[in-house]
Amino acid sequence: MSEFTVLLVDDEEDFRRTLAKRLEKRNLQVLSAAGGEEAMALIRRSAVDVVALDVRMPGMDGIDVLRAIKAHDPLIEVVMLTGHASVEAAVEGMDFGAFDYLMKPVGIDELLYKLQDAYEARRIGLKRNSRGPTPSE
Amino acid sequence: MSSQDIDRNEYYRSLKRNIFLIVILVSYIPLIVVSSGILYQMHAIHQEKTRIHLETLVKKHKWNIDHFLRERQDNISFIADSYRFDELADSARLAELFRKLQTTYGHVFSDIGVVRADGTQVSYVGPYLLESAQYNDAEWFQEAFQADTYTSDVFLGLRGFPHFIVTARKYKDGQPWILRATVDFLAFNDVVENIQLGQTGFAHIINRAGALQTRTAGRPVSTESAYLALFQKANQFSPDQIQSGTRQAADGTDLIYVAGLLKENQWALVFQQDLKDAYRDLNRTRNIAILVFGLGGIAIFTMAVVLSKGMITRIAAADREKEIMNQQIIESGHLVSLGELAAGIAHEINNPVAIMVEEAGWIEDLLEEETFHESENLTEFKRALTQIRKQGIRARDITHKLLSFARRSDSIIDRVDVNDLIREVVSLSAQQARYNNVEFESRLDEDLPAIQVSQTELQQVLFNLINNAIDAMDKRGGVIHVASWSNGDQVLFHVKDNGPGIPEANLHRIFEPFFTTKPVGKGTGLGLSICYGIIKKMGGEIKVESRVGEGTVFEINIPIDVRGATGAEPPAPVAKHAP
Repeated sequence: MSEFTVLLVDDEEDFRRTLAKRLEKRNLQVLSAAGGEEAMALIRRSAVDVVALDVRMPGMDGIDVLRAIKAHDPLIEVVMLTGHASVEAAVEGMDFGAFDYLMKPVGIDELLYKLQDAYEARRIGLKRNSRGPTPSE
Repeated sequence: MSSQDIDRNEYYRSLKRNIFLIVILVSYIPLIVVSSGILYQMHAIHQEKTRIHLETLVKKHKWNIDHFLRERQDNISFIADSYRFDELADSARLAELFRKLQTTYGHVFSDIGVVRADGTQVSYVGPYLLESAQYNDAEWFQEAFQADTYTSDVFLGLRGFPHFIVTARKYKDGQPWILRATVDFLAFNDVVENIQLGQTGFAHIINRAGALQTRTAGRPVSTESAYLALFQKANQFSPDQIQSGTRQAADGTDLIYVAGLLKENQWALVFQQDLKDAYRDLNRTRNIAILVFGLGGIAIFTMAVVLSKGMITRIAAADREKEIMNQQIIESGHLVSLGELAAGIAHEINNPVAIMVEEAGWIEDLLEEETFHESENLTEFKRALTQIRKQGIRARDITHKLLSFARRSDSIIDRVDVNDLIREVVSLSAQQARYNNVEFESRLDEDLPAIQVSQTELQQVLFNLINNAIDAMDKRGGVIHVASWSNGDQVLFHVKDNGPGIPEANLHRIFEPFFTTKPVGKGTGLGLSICYGIIKKMGGEIKVESRVGEGTVFEINIPIDVRGATGAEPPAPVAKHAP
C-alpha cells in the first residue's frame, strides 16, 4: 500500500498528537488541525488525500467542515470520528458524502484499514475523474 | 425479599386478628351485659312471683284446713253441749244423732262414741265393733281429758287404719266424760291432696314430731324432720304467718317449700316443689335466651371472620394498587433525569477514554522497536496495554448503549409486524433457551395491525426481554409465554416467565440505567433502560408486574398511529448504512 497524506482534525490536542505519531509510525504522511478553519487552510495549502474528522468540535463542527471540504474537492475522502452523542451527526455526514464513520476510541488497525480503504476509493475516483465525482462504497 | 413478604403477611394476619377481636368484643360485651341483666331481673321477678303465688296458695289452704278442723271441733262441742251424758250414752240415741250429723255434713265423721273417765267407751256408732272398747292406754285419751276440746294427731289406733279424732270434754256428777268422733281420713286428705302444682308440687301436713298427717299419693317426703324448724320459729310469728325457703332433699334435688302452721301450731301444712319444676317457665325462657344468644354469637363470630377477612383482602388490594402507582410515578420522573445524566456522562467520557487508548497504543508501537526487545517485562507490558485497550473498548460499548438510551440512534421507521418480529427473536433465542431448559409458548393475534416503528429497536426490546427472562430462569428451566394482541388503538405484547420473580425492592429500579443484579462484567444494567427509552420514544408504555416465586411479566403497548407520539424525532432519510 502506497503512502498517502492524512489530515487529522480534532479539537483534543492529546488525542490528535498521539494518533498522528502512531499513524506516522505506520508510514503515513500526517497533518493535523485543531479546528475547521485550520483544516481548510491546510487543505488549500498542501495535498491531502484523506481526512479523519472529528464530528463534534467547537466553532465549525464536523458536518460544516465536511461540506467545506467536499465543496473544495469532492475527491478528498473523509472518515468521520465520533466520540459522543453524535452518531446521528456521523450518519448525517454519510449523506454529505463522508466515506464512513468510526466510534472513538478506535483501534489503530481499524482506523488504518478504514483510511486505506478511503485512499483506495480516492485513487479510483481520481482515475475516472472525468466521469463522475461521487464516491461509492 | 421473601422475608419482607413474610413480614407483610404477618402484618395482615395481626391486623385481621385485631379487627376480628374488636368486632367480637364490641358485639359480645353489650350482648352479654344486656342479656345477663335481663335474665337476672327476670329471674328475680319470677322467683318473687312464684313465692307470692305459693304463699297465697298455702295461706288459703291453711285457712281452709284450719276452718275444717275448727268446724269439726265445733260440731262435736255443740253435740256435747246440747245433750246430756245419759242421752249420749244411749247407743240408739247416739246413732240417731250420728245419722243427723252425716245428713248435714256428709260423710265427714266416720264414727262417734262416748268415753268415760275410766277409758271405757260406753256407747259407739260406726262401722267398727268398738263398743266397750278400752281407751285408757291410748295417748289421745290422756290428752283429751286434759282439755275441753281436743283434736288428735293421726294414728292407727285400735282399728289399725290411720285416722284422727275430735273430742269434747263434759262433766257429770264431777266425773269427766268425753264425746269423741273420728274424722273421715279420706275426706280430710282430699282437702290437702288437692293442693298440687306442676309435676312435683304437692302439700302435706306434719305434726310437731315430724310425722305425716296426710297421704302424699306416693310422693317421697323426707321422713327426717326437715321441717321441724318451722315449729321452733312458730312463736315469733303470728298464726297467719307463712314461712318459705329452699332446701336440699336427701337425693340432692333443690326444693322450694312454703309452710303455714295449723291447729294452734300443732301441725304444719307444707307445700314443696322441685325448684326446677317451680321455675320451669323461667328455665324454659332462659334456655330460649341462651339458644338465641348462642345463635347470635355464632352469627357474630361468622360475621367477624367474614368481615375481617374481607377488610384485609381489600386493604391488601389497596396497598398493592398504591405500590404499583407509586412505582410508575417514580419511574417516569426518575428516568428522564437519569437519561440526561447518562447522556452527559457518555458525552464526556469517550474522548478521555479515546486518548488513553491511543496513548496505550503508542506505547505498544514503541515497544515494537528493538531497543525494548531485551526488556524482560516485555510480555507483561504488552499484556497490560492490551488490557487497557480492551477496557477502553468496553467503556465505549457502555457509552454507546447509554447513548441509545438517551434517545439517539440511527433507526429507520418502518412498517413492522410485531408477530413476525416475535417469531424471529424467539427462533434466534431458541438455542440459548434450550441450553437453559426453557420452553417457549406463544399466543399471537394473527390479525395484529402493523405499526410504524424502528424494526431494529423493537427487535432489541424483544431480545432484551426474552434474554432477561431466559437469564432469570438460571438453568432451572421454565416457560416463557409470549403473546400479542390489539385493543384497536394499540398493539400490545407481553413476555411472561415463571422464574423467581423480581423482589419488590428491585422492581421500581429495574428501568434505571446501570441497575443490575447480574455479577460484575456480566451485565451493564442498561438493557431495560434502553427498552424503556425505545418504547417511550415510540409513544408506548412498558409495564412490569412481578411476584417473587411466581414470575415476571413485561407488558408493552405501542400506539398504532405513531405520529402523535411524543419524542418521535423525524426519521432521518438514511440511504447508506454503516457496516
